[in-house]
Amino acid sequence: MKEFKKKVRTDGGMKEFRKKVRTDWMRNRSLYILVLPVVIFYILFNYKPIYGAIIAFQDYTPRLGISGSEWVGLANFKRFFSDIYFGRLMRNTLLLSVYDIIFGFPAPIILALLLNEIHNRFFKNVTQTITYLPHFISMIVVCGMLTDFSLSTGLFNDIIVFFGGERHPLLQDPSLYRMIYILSDIWQQVGWGTIIYLSALSSVDSQLYEAAQIDGANKWKQTLNVTLPGIAPTIITMFILKIGKLMSMGYEKTILLYNPSTYETADIISSYVYRIGLLEQDWSYSTAIGLFNSVINFVLLIVANKLSKKYSETSLW
Amino acid sequence: MKNKTQKALKVKRSRGEQIFSVFNYIFMVGIIILCIYPVWYVAMASFSDSNLLTMHTGPLLWPEGFNLNAYTKVFKNPMILKGYMNTMFLLLVGVPINIMMTALGAYFLSRKRVLFQKPIMIAIMFTMFFSGGMIPFYLNLKDLHLTNTLWGLIIPFMINTYNMVIMKTSFQSIPDSLIEAAQIDGASHWKILFSVVLPLSKAIIAVMVLYYGVSTWNSWFWASAILRERQLYPLQVILREILLSNDVSSMSSGAAATDAESIAMSIKYATIMVATVPILCVYPFLQKYFTKGTMVGAVKE
Repeated sequence: MKEFKKKVRTDGGMKEFRKKVRTDWMRNRSLYILVLPVVIFYILFNYKPIYGAIIAFQDYTPRLGISGSEWVGLANFKRFFSDIYFGRLMRNTLLLSVYDIIFGFPAPIILALLLNEIHNRFFKNVTQTITYLPHFISMIVVCGMLTDFSLSTGLFNDIIVFFGGERHPLLQDPSLYRMIYILSDIWQQVGWGTIIYLSALSSVDSQLYEAAQIDGANKWKQTLNVTLPGIAPTIITMFILKIGKLMSMGYEKTILLYNPSTYETADIISSYVYRIGLLEQDWSYSTAIGLFNSVINFVLLIVANKLSKKYSETSLW
Repeated sequence: MKNKTQKALKVKRSRGEQIFSVFNYIFMVGIIILCIYPVWYVAMASFSDSNLLTMHTGPLLWPEGFNLNAYTKVFKNPMILKGYMNTMFLLLVGVPINIMMTALGAYFLSRKRVLFQKPIMIAIMFTMFFSGGMIPFYLNLKDLHLTNTLWGLIIPFMINTYNMVIMKTSFQSIPDSLIEAAQIDGASHWKILFSVVLPLSKAIIAVMVLYYGVSTWNSWFWASAILRERQLYPLQVILREILLSNDVSSMSSGAAATDAESIAMSIKYATIMVATVPILCVYPFLQKYFTKGTMVGAVKE
């Protein structure tokens, strides 16, 4: 994506630029016509909603529309910062993301490293296929199973009782919510997440391992000094992407799993936007919260990318 | 080459490495069980007698009192059938449109020497990292009269940018000489896309069909947000009603209250099976394509 850096040169003056455009149009006209539906799609379903986000600065009512609604400046944002749930939402969103980064992010890397040490090809393939399975189960079904297993008569409680614990409805307990969320996420995505790391692992130069062995490095040292540096660019790229999504933990799963008794730990910014917006139809306020969230994510992504460019020469663009 | 190295390594394995290897295999078996068991439990519970199932505690290895009552109930439910039909419509109509549009964009982005390609590329990539958010997106759909229609689940989701980048990377690997030769023969871009590029891209098209297909099959959020009429609900939304809102009464009407509850459990499990088995049957065979797609996407430019 380095090509982004090269800018369209227009310093040759307006005249030359026009000439360039003309030759380009002659050459690529049919190509531009071909891509037109795609451009329209992006304008209509990506850029128009970005424009539509200006209702965050309005007191929007559908009857008056964007042009007719009253401008209120930053009132909606101020309202969010003084919302009684502001602290709770920020804390829940950040904590869930941080736990996801601490536990969810390394999980596929570790599994990939371990899988890489399995030398029986048949067993390795079977393991891979089976660990991909949860990825294909829909969110509805995963949450449906979680809900059933977490009932006080459910499977999880049967297991807890077996180990001497007491039965209680797990998904009604705010202190367990994050653990259930993160663990089930790992369960669903860990296998699928290994694909990208396994492909990075297979491209690590095997001569490096031989050299390390000649130097007397054991397996652990090889992993530390050959394998990990070899897949570091992949890890960093995935990490930047993860940071960029730090504040946009999936609302789909939250909406399916939470309930008023667990809002205390479960309610995150995006699920709040959903409730305030789609359910309570407070359009401007919910848009403001969503926009606040989007901007923070975007800034985080840019910062992470800059840092990574500076320290590791790996970047998204 | 790699196997050879590994064989060489095997000979020299130290004791510590052997112990590690044993534990590694045991760990993998554990992972396999963890991944498979919940699905197995659901399958076994769906074949069980509902009363015995309610009394049963702990893990289930085989059905408790094997029967297919739950499935007969599920297949008699008109809403589930309707949901199936709606999802099939989304797949049969939506996925070809997905492929078409994604291919158009990917082809444009894969061409060389196009003046406005970079700005368009940047504008497209930008949308991967910034969006107006859920609410403006919804209001936009309302504005365009795309709510309460299945088209509202097809048109706004025609292109997934990530998939388009994967396809673009794949198109770029087609030798330029082939395309230039066609251009010299006077073929238009439209023709080149359909008679040169796409026939050479069967593998990536398979990947795209699977990616879009699975996400269509599993998606529910926007369906539940924009559809008011229950007749339009795709399978996953129906599933949500059954699994997460405890709405099984419609299926077990006539039975006594306690009975209804126990029927509910096995019906739930049977419903999960009905909605999940199609994908679970297909994916192992298509796994190499999925894997391929992820890897193409991972190739950095």
